[in-house]
Amino acid sequence: MTDATMDRGSADSGPMRAADGTPLKRSLARSLRMQKIRALALVLPLLIFVLVTFLAPIFDMLFRSVENRIVEDTLPATVVALQDWNPDQDELPPEDVFRAVYFDLFLAAEAKKHTRLGTRLNYEMPGISSLFRGSGRAMDDVAKDQVEAIEDTDKKAWRDGAFWYSILGGDAGQAEIEEARSRFIALQGESARGPVGQSWCAVRGVLGAPCAVAPNRTDLKFGLSPEAMALLPRTSRQYAEFGVFAVLEDGDVLQEEDPWEAVYVAMALDLTDPAIAPRIASYTGPGAEQLQAAAAAVATLPAINFKDAMAAVDEEWLDPEVWRTIKVNSGRYTSGYFLNAADLKLGSDGVEVRPENERIYIMLFKRTLIMSLIITGTCIVLGYPVAWLLANLPSRRANLMMILVLLPFWTSLLVRTSAWKVMLQQHGVVNDTLVWLGIVGETGRLALINNQTGTIIAMTHILLPFMILPLYSVMQTIPPSYLRAAKSLGANDWTAFWRVYFPQSVPGIGAGSILVFILAIGYYITPELVGGTTGTFISNRIAYHISNSLNWGLAAALGTILLVAVLVLYWAYDRIVGIDNVKLGG
Amino acid sequence: MMIKKISALAACTALVAPAAFAADMADEMTIVSWGGAYQSSQVNAYSDPYKAKNDGLEVVWDESSAQAVSKLRAQSEAGNITWDLVDVEAADAIRLCDEGLAMEIDPDEDLAAAPDGTSAEDDFGDMLVSDCFIPQIVFSTTFGYRTDMVPDGVEPPTSACDVFDTEKYPGKRALNKQPIANMEWALLCDGVAYEDVYDALETDEGVERALAKLGTIKDDTIWWTASAQTPELLASGEIFMGSAYNGRLFSAIEEKKQPIGMAWDWQMFDLDGWIIPAGLPEDRLARVKDFVMFATDTQRLADQAKYISYGPARASSAPLVGKHATLGIEMAPHMPTDPNNAENTFVNNYDWWADHRDDLDAKFQAWLAQ
Repeated sequence: MTDATMDRGSADSGPMRAADGTPLKRSLARSLRMQKIRALALVLPLLIFVLVTFLAPIFDMLFRSVENRIVEDTLPATVVALQDWNPDQDELPPEDVFRAVYFDLFLAAEAKKHTRLGTRLNYEMPGISSLFRGSGRAMDDVAKDQVEAIEDTDKKAWRDGAFWYSILGGDAGQAEIEEARSRFIALQGESARGPVGQSWCAVRGVLGAPCAVAPNRTDLKFGLSPEAMALLPRTSRQYAEFGVFAVLEDGDVLQEEDPWEAVYVAMALDLTDPAIAPRIASYTGPGAEQLQAAAAAVATLPAINFKDAMAAVDEEWLDPEVWRTIKVNSGRYTSGYFLNAADLKLGSDGVEVRPENERIYIMLFKRTLIMSLIITGTCIVLGYPVAWLLANLPSRRANLMMILVLLPFWTSLLVRTSAWKVMLQQHGVVNDTLVWLGIVGETGRLALINNQTGTIIAMTHILLPFMILPLYSVMQTIPPSYLRAAKSLGANDWTAFWRVYFPQSVPGIGAGSILVFILAIGYYITPELVGGTTGTFISNRIAYHISNSLNWGLAAALGTILLVAVLVLYWAYDRIVGIDNVKLGG
Repeated sequence: MMIKKISALAACTALVAPAAFAADMADEMTIVSWGGAYQSSQVNAYSDPYKAKNDGLEVVWDESSAQAVSKLRAQSEAGNITWDLVDVEAADAIRLCDEGLAMEIDPDEDLAAAPDGTSAEDDFGDMLVSDCFIPQIVFSTTFGYRTDMVPDGVEPPTSACDVFDTEKYPGKRALNKQPIANMEWALLCDGVAYEDVYDALETDEGVERALAKLGTIKDDTIWWTASAQTPELLASGEIFMGSAYNGRLFSAIEEKKQPIGMAWDWQMFDLDGWIIPAGLPEDRLARVKDFVMFATDTQRLADQAKYISYGPARASSAPLVGKHATLGIEMAPHMPTDPNNAENTFVNNYDWWADHRDDLDAKFQAWLAQ
């Protein structure tokens, strides 16, 4: 049946129908859909595999380039207190910010998480890490006078956990305790175990390898007294934080533990609070006698000034820049890592350029691009004649040459790079030969390694097969008769090559260049070994941040930028040369 | 790579079958050290005798001490500690202790007393610089140079400061790719008084000044990342002089007979020892505590000095230091503490470094990349 008769047939009697009466179009679509589903089912395992093992980790890693919960998790009260402070003025934040940072930092130091925050903020303000480390060690000594004054009124009672619990403990305060618990979990960087995790643990329990009890499901076995919460609000809150920590971190029973200094300090604050002091005098509950004695003792001392106390810990707390850094970087998400990757930073009045001695990444990106281009260029220059010979020699000799090209390709990358070290070093094969030939003097040995020259030489060698192979496969398809025809029409050797042969080999050059360039731009091990300090790439910096400085956020940002740069170049290449002109094989 | 796989495997089996060894000691232990001559001295003096006493024990050595802090941080982040005992410098031990990554120890309970009954705490004395640190040796970072590459008519170098004199001593240098020791030498050799070096390093100007001084030899310097590199670079004639730990240079000079001399002046004096990672499972912890008790007793520490020229960290071991195990030479003159070597000694301030390492690392690495 021709198209014409079919058209007429359908015009005559409505849509064509299949044997069961459904329109043919729908019937066809259904059977095609079945095929598609079957095909999808076949590739599904691979798809899931790729998603789970490749894409998900990559996105998780890239997400780290904007994630910034650590400031809020470690210094929650400080971040809230800093909200009203204007960082543009050259003034220090008010006293309540210093008080908040004391209690936040005390808990963080007990949990030994303050150093992580110091490391994080050090990315934005080099020097701040030592402030956090040093301060963490001195937190126990803040307001020491008050702590000792309270303790001295009745050592036996105040050092007894049961006595503390008799004043502050009770059956209420679940909301406060849960707040302290979620704060503890956030500080520890643990995630609360949800229903999925809980059912997985049930399975593990059956298999005989039960999970540890999740911190958000542990029974804390304590509560707060409603009277104490009304009378001593700060003390009760700190006591709850201490209780959560003692139970979850140390596995202790709160009723047996003498609380840490922060609870004493909070109590000193409560006892000297003018709104509370009169109520203490008329208080008759448990421990009334000791509380009244403690109130009398702290009343003789000057009020706690947290600003001075923190300054005594480290004078740098009086530097507004420290507070500006904390405030500016307190959001849950940050552009800091990306700005850092572009040698910028977030100042109090917007984005600013980093000081000159911290600017390295733009320079490294430029160096990576330029050196990758040079390596691609040398690969073309060296690879083209080899590929031409391979394509034009008689097959026996061509095969032998092919093996010579492939042999290094099959050798371990490390072995080849190490071999280049032996070849290129000051007393290496190349320099010794040159000296022996008298081309350079003993003192004028060439510096061929631990610099850019070393990287270019070694990487050109390592990436050369990636240029030769596509070139070869394209050249093989160019009939030799074209050259002969050109010559018979009067072209000299050069014209015949340049006007006839070369244009036909351009797709091979394109494919080889893309391969070599994209491999070079992300290369890591060879520049690391032979590049010294001037011949290293941005990827070496990424590796440094992944494995040494553990600045994963910055590494992720640099990696993202590198990925985008490659995609942009690929797009530009497609626009200029056309990706259809690239041939990886005949 | 292999080592990591093995220890990961060990961790897995420990997870799957915790009941089998729970009360017992693990029969495998992963120890992290610095590789090379130093690590073999530890194998000879500690782990081989210990293995002879404990049948079926497998000891896996990993050479990652130079990256111990970052790798332990990463392991803790991943929630899977695969190391049982880690050899680190004092400053790193303090850092790891602050970060909660190293376990606190009780010297009198976890370490053996001296043969005369002196408690471990008194015997180690000042060397116990952190609650987590189990001292092992005192060592120094010094300079080695090629004796056959000293220019004619010039005195061989004697001091760390000679590394900055490229006119008198041309040729490449090798320095540690870390700020520690380099920054101190740079300031000291630039005319800052010994007592003022760390105060100066706390200021931006001081750091700038140190980096500027290092900048005068930046183009002539190969930056090493593993302590075995300097002896190798010296042996191949790639560099004229370079910094290395004194025991490494000792083994290159005395054991491998290389034409290398040592410039002892302003050697950088430091401590090295063990830390136990925090959060080990019970069976592994029991094993590693047992090993530490054995490996840090008076005799074992003295034994180590038979293989490498580092001074033992306990007072009671010092009189027992004798001759080299195979060469038969007296070890005392090769120790960093020998009066002939210790005329000018720079005592590394590990407390200061523990606090400032992150800051200076960032500045130093940025400077290196520029």
